[in-house]
Amino acid sequence: MESLTSVIRQVPIEHYLFLSFVLFSIGLAGVLFRRNTIIILMCLELMFNSVNLLLTAFSAYHNDPGGQVFVFFIMLVAAAEVTVGLAILVMMKRNVDSVDINQLNRLKW
Amino acid sequence: MVNTTLLTALVPGLPLLGAILIATFRRSLKGNTAGMLGTLTIGSAFALSVMLFLGFNPAAGPQTAHLFDWIHLGGMNIPFAFQVDALSLTMMLIVTGVGTLIHLYSIGYMHDDQRVSTFFALLNLFTFAMLVLVMGANYVMTFIGWEGVGLCSYLLIGFWYTTPAYNYAARKAFVMNRIGDLGFVLGLAWLFSVTGTLNFTEVFDKASNLDTATLTGITLLLFVGAIGKSAQLPLFTWLPDAMAGPTPVSALIHAATMVTAGIYLIVRSSVLFEAAPFTQDVILYTGLITALVAATIGVFQNDIKKVLAYSTVSQLGYMFVALGLGAYSAGMFHVTTHAFFKALLFLGAGSVIHALGGEQDIRKMGGLKGTIKITYITFLLGTLAISGLFPFSGFFSKDAILAHAFDRSPVLYALLLGGALITTFYMFRLLFLTFYGSYRGDKHPHESPAVMTVPLMVLAVLSVAGGMLNLPHVFGGHEPMKHYLESAAEGVSSEYLHLSATTEWALMGLSTLLVVLVIFIAYGRFAKKATLYLEADELSFFPRLFARKWYIDDLYEKLFEKPYGWFSSKFSSIGEDRVMVPLMNGAGRVTQKAGQVLRLAQTGNMSFYLFAMVAGIIVFLIMTLYGV
Repeated sequence: MESLTSVIRQVPIEHYLFLSFVLFSIGLAGVLFRRNTIIILMCLELMFNSVNLLLTAFSAYHNDPGGQVFVFFIMLVAAAEVTVGLAILVMMKRNVDSVDINQLNRLKW
Repeated sequence: MVNTTLLTALVPGLPLLGAILIATFRRSLKGNTAGMLGTLTIGSAFALSVMLFLGFNPAAGPQTAHLFDWIHLGGMNIPFAFQVDALSLTMMLIVTGVGTLIHLYSIGYMHDDQRVSTFFALLNLFTFAMLVLVMGANYVMTFIGWEGVGLCSYLLIGFWYTTPAYNYAARKAFVMNRIGDLGFVLGLAWLFSVTGTLNFTEVFDKASNLDTATLTGITLLLFVGAIGKSAQLPLFTWLPDAMAGPTPVSALIHAATMVTAGIYLIVRSSVLFEAAPFTQDVILYTGLITALVAATIGVFQNDIKKVLAYSTVSQLGYMFVALGLGAYSAGMFHVTTHAFFKALLFLGAGSVIHALGGEQDIRKMGGLKGTIKITYITFLLGTLAISGLFPFSGFFSKDAILAHAFDRSPVLYALLLGGALITTFYMFRLLFLTFYGSYRGDKHPHESPAVMTVPLMVLAVLSVAGGMLNLPHVFGGHEPMKHYLESAAEGVSSEYLHLSATTEWALMGLSTLLVVLVIFIAYGRFAKKATLYLEADELSFFPRLFARKWYIDDLYEKLFEKPYGWFSSKFSSIGEDRVMVPLMNGAGRVTQKAGQVLRLAQTGNMSFYLFAMVAGIIVFLIMTLYGV
């Protein structure tokens, strides 16, 4: 049976790098420029996963399963993070009746 | 054969145990329990000391009881060890023996005090520290004991801490001792740097390799320590003030034991001192001047304990004269007899104070010999002993010192004899004003209980018969104490006297004659009609000089206290108010202002925060990549 790593290796590493760079940039732009908090959370997930992709690719190329194990941890943490983020989102909706991030402007002097 | 190491360790161990027990249970111990426990531990330590004394063979040299390695650093090895030899045994017997009697006495004296348990805990702790001082097998152990007794002295002088003057006296004693301690520590450091060890036996082995200048420096520094602890000029002013403590404390710490620590230190280090003739001269003259100055002050004191305090300073001066002359055994002999008769005198004075409900002014005493008979008789014996009248103990010990002085120079002898006569004069003034004539106070004197009079009687017997310990050749004795000490102190064996028996007889006859004469003069002045000295201001020049303690306290006040106070107030008004406070406030103000400006950066806009965060990360990324 063809192993998963050899399948991954069929694509050159530069492609992975480029893809994850693009995904990360899209996520980052979303986080920075969108005002809808739900979108921002989604963009965050996008950034996570672009990094995960890169980790997996490098892990396959280096024959080091540590990278893939690490991805699982990131997924776990991301899941936990999302629960908190969504909880904040729910509270935000209840309190200011909006998911616009610019409504959260009271965190200042 | 019992385990000697264990026995040795128990001698200081028991008082420590007693101190810990009494201090722990001081609130639940009722009445005399603390006193009994304290007396019991010291008494047991005394019994153990006697056992060690009997089992000790002077010819075999010092026995070391090695408990454990204490400080082991590089080439330095300082074991926690006790040394048992003739010298430490002599001191152990004095400390525990006299200590037991004073503890017993304190049961009666401190009976009504609320903090009696604390008192006994401290007294036991003191005994422990003193035993460590005299038993330690190296200078570091001695130093621990040295500081321990200083601490206990401080705590016990200020025992009645509700009176501010007593606290002041305690502080004075502590500070004065600290000056001396500095010399001691510096001496030890120097000694260690040249010999590489602080164990007695090793130091004395290596001492012969050192040049005279180094040894002179070291011994002078050690002597500074001795000056502080043993209240010699110029550091003696704390001892008279130390009389603020309870009378048993004065007897135990400030007469019999702690103040003799300086003499012990010098006798212990006699090998070093023998090789430094200059230091010996310094010791000789310091002791001589102190003996005379303190004696003159003693004549004009009106407080019963102050007279005894100055007499202690004066007698310590005699001991230092003996050490300066190289007569170590004579010095130790005087330490021993002085411990007996001065403890007796202090306890007697305590009994008088007790009888009069706290009165200490001899101008308000008089005629007490009928009402407190036992105290009177024992006090009389103590006075005769300190005056050096034949055949009391003081005669033999003082005569030994005087004979050595005569051997050096007749002038020295004359001065010391003069000092001894002044001693006789003021001691009999004290005796006559207290016990003779008619009563000048308004209290109802009553004799002290047996628990106080029994120690007085025991000490009286010792004061009378103590001279037998070192009976000189002319009386058919063979100076057993001197021969005993020979095994411990190197210098003792080199003591010699060129005096013929006839000269010795003549000197003794002369001093006895003069002492009797002085007693008669004192009798005429103070017993027949009580001549009371006026307040210091009303006296003529010399008496005023003496009554004002040679203005030494005033001098120190002008020379050190006032400038120190001036500097302190200046440092407070300039250094503190104008430098430190603005500096501290300025730091606070800068932080505050910076915060006021910087908090404007917090706009509250989440997008901006995110943007700033990403921008920051990118900056760090670039910095990392380009290795900035």
